[in-house]
Amino acid sequence: MIELDGLTKRFGAKTAVDNLSFQVKPGLVTGFLGPNGAGKSTTMRMMLDLDNPTSGAVRIYGKRYRELREPLKHVGALLDAKAMHGGRSAYNNLLCLAQSNGIPQRRVAEVLDLVGLAPVARKKSKGFSLGMGQRLGIASALLGDPQILMFDEPVNGLDPEGILWIRNLMKGLAAEGRTIFVSSHLMSEMALTADHLIVIGQGRLLADTSMADFIHQNSRSFVRMRSPQLEQLKDVLHEAGIAPVGVPDGGALEIDGVGAEQLGELAARHRIVLHELSPQRASLEEAFMRMTADSVEYHAHAPGAPGAAIDNPARPADVPAWGAGFDAADSTRKGGR
Amino acid sequence: MTPTTTTPDRPRSYSSPLPSPRPHLGHALASEWTKLISIRSTLWTLGALVLTVVGVGMLFVSQTSDRDYESISFTTPALFGLMVGQVAVMVLGVLTISSEHATGLVRTTFTAAPDRFRVLTAKYLVFSVTAFTVTALSVFVVGIAASLAHGGAAAGAHTADEWLGAAAGCLYVTLLGVLALAIGALVRHSAGAIAVMLGVVTLPPVLGAMLIVWEAVAPIGREILQRNVPVALSQLFGMQEGGDLGAAPSNFSNVLILVLITGATVAASYVMVGRRDV
Ligand SMILES: Nc1ncnc2c1ncn2[C@@H]1O[C@H](COP(=O)(O)OP(=O)(O)OP(=O)(O)O)[C@@H](O)[C@H]1O
Ligand SMILES: [Mg+2]
Repeated sequence: MIELDGLTKRFGAKTAVDNLSFQVKPGLVTGFLGPNGAGKSTTMRMMLDLDNPTSGAVRIYGKRYRELREPLKHVGALLDAKAMHGGRSAYNNLLCLAQSNGIPQRRVAEVLDLVGLAPVARKKSKGFSLGMGQRLGIASALLGDPQILMFDEPVNGLDPEGILWIRNLMKGLAAEGRTIFVSSHLMSEMALTADHLIVIGQGRLLADTSMADFIHQNSRSFVRMRSPQLEQLKDVLHEAGIAPVGVPDGGALEIDGVGAEQLGELAARHRIVLHELSPQRASLEEAFMRMTADSVEYHAHAPGAPGAAIDNPARPADVPAWGAGFDAADSTRKGGR
Repeated sequence: MTPTTTTPDRPRSYSSPLPSPRPHLGHALASEWTKLISIRSTLWTLGALVLTVVGVGMLFVSQTSDRDYESISFTTPALFGLMVGQVAVMVLGVLTISSEHATGLVRTTFTAAPDRFRVLTAKYLVFSVTAFTVTALSVFVVGIAASLAHGGAAAGAHTADEWLGAAAGCLYVTLLGVLALAIGALVRHSAGAIAVMLGVVTLPPVLGAMLIVWEAVAPIGREILQRNVPVALSQLFGMQEGGDLGAAPSNFSNVLILVLITGATVAASYVMVGRRDV
């Protein structure tokens, strides 16, 4: 259990995290979502007492992170997979961490095995690919077999197999009763992984809801039908009192509120040939973009016309174009750390 | 699609079967020791130190006769290499901490050990014991070789004091390394911290020589010329500088000055590391 209470962080004039209060509960994967620069990483650093909050506090099982007696046993974190010494072998990188917490040496080999890095345990981590580096970071988070795991964008740069692996890993860890807190800017990824959702934009809390509720509220589900006997199909539907909600492009119908089974049976009864009968869900990504639209930090400029809408039919009408409001103050961010 | 938050059979806490001793300074020392010995730069810097001290020292021993040791110590041959080798000690001191900042490893380190003072203390201890041991071993190898090769009657009387002086000299170099570590902790950039340390060692003789020409500040210039790092180190290794500057300050006062400067910088490093965002 992690509790944030009015957590605020200012960097000079810039408020990176603005009065955040929420709880992260055990036994669940909690997704922490926000666009670039929303303050996710800063929040996580404050949770680990790496950055000092300007005001507010974080409590982990009622304590400040610094007060935890066996930190790695309570919390494992992957903030940045590159945060290892490249000149050290994977094994030695983990060994230093294990020793600092009195974790037995055999555990190092165990976690390397768990993440599939056992064959390259003695290789310098400098030569690791993006995915291998990410796995090493995850191994370091798992080292203390902690109750709480925090991952900052763990799927960044991973291939589909790696993404699937992490997704299953996180679900498995949560199923064991652990608290999993994972940041991302991909709603679609979170929809598959997270049980609970916390959305922030420009450092402020925008949503704190269960994933199921979020999906329920934000996704329209419908069935798409396609048929060579379109007119006939329309008549049949009309007779059955079913009104298609949309006719997106040539030859397809979108129907809301009636299951695919019923529609299929209905068509079969009238001997109508179907080329498509598929349940669909409107993208959660759209819902996320709509939610954070006002607080998107870094907008891209359309070439030639700053702020002009990019011609993008997939974009919901009420989301401003990327390029609507680049915040010049952000360029003052300190480089190189 | 996804499981709802009300999965009933899901446990709400997790307890690890791993043993969990309460971490203390001993754990931090073990961790820092592993860090030190598992990177190449340790080998390079300490190897350079041993090679210059022993190499130059042995060369000097082989080119001198018993009579030359009438006016110098048996440990003096180690001085020449150490003048160069001290730079390696300072570089290692800086890298001990700045490499963690360069890679971002420092966040991982402080997540695993949020007691930053404990981590910093472990770094100071592991570094200083290692630096002192390696420096002293190299110096004493040269000193013993000199005393064996040139211990004849022509070398005159030699006392245990010169060995103590050399030990103090090794301590002096170690203190420079500790100062470098402290500056590395404050500056957090390898190149910047190394530049500062090179300045500390090489600037005062130049500055002193400049000031001594200028009447109004000549006494300050004289003071600087008598108390800078190369002079203090030479004195500890049995080489008295020319007497035109007046009586040389004692070895004790030279070491004391460095102890005070290093102590203050180390204290500052604790304050800064303790409260800074990383
Ligand atoms: N050390 C710092 N100094 C100054 N500003 C900072 C610092 N760290 C973060 N910021 C600012 O705080 C804001 C939040 O940054 P943060 O890295 O927490 O965002 P994020 O949500 O993790 O973004 P991303 O998805 O791109 O990783 C940004 O506007 C950033 O410029
Ligand atoms: Mg981030």
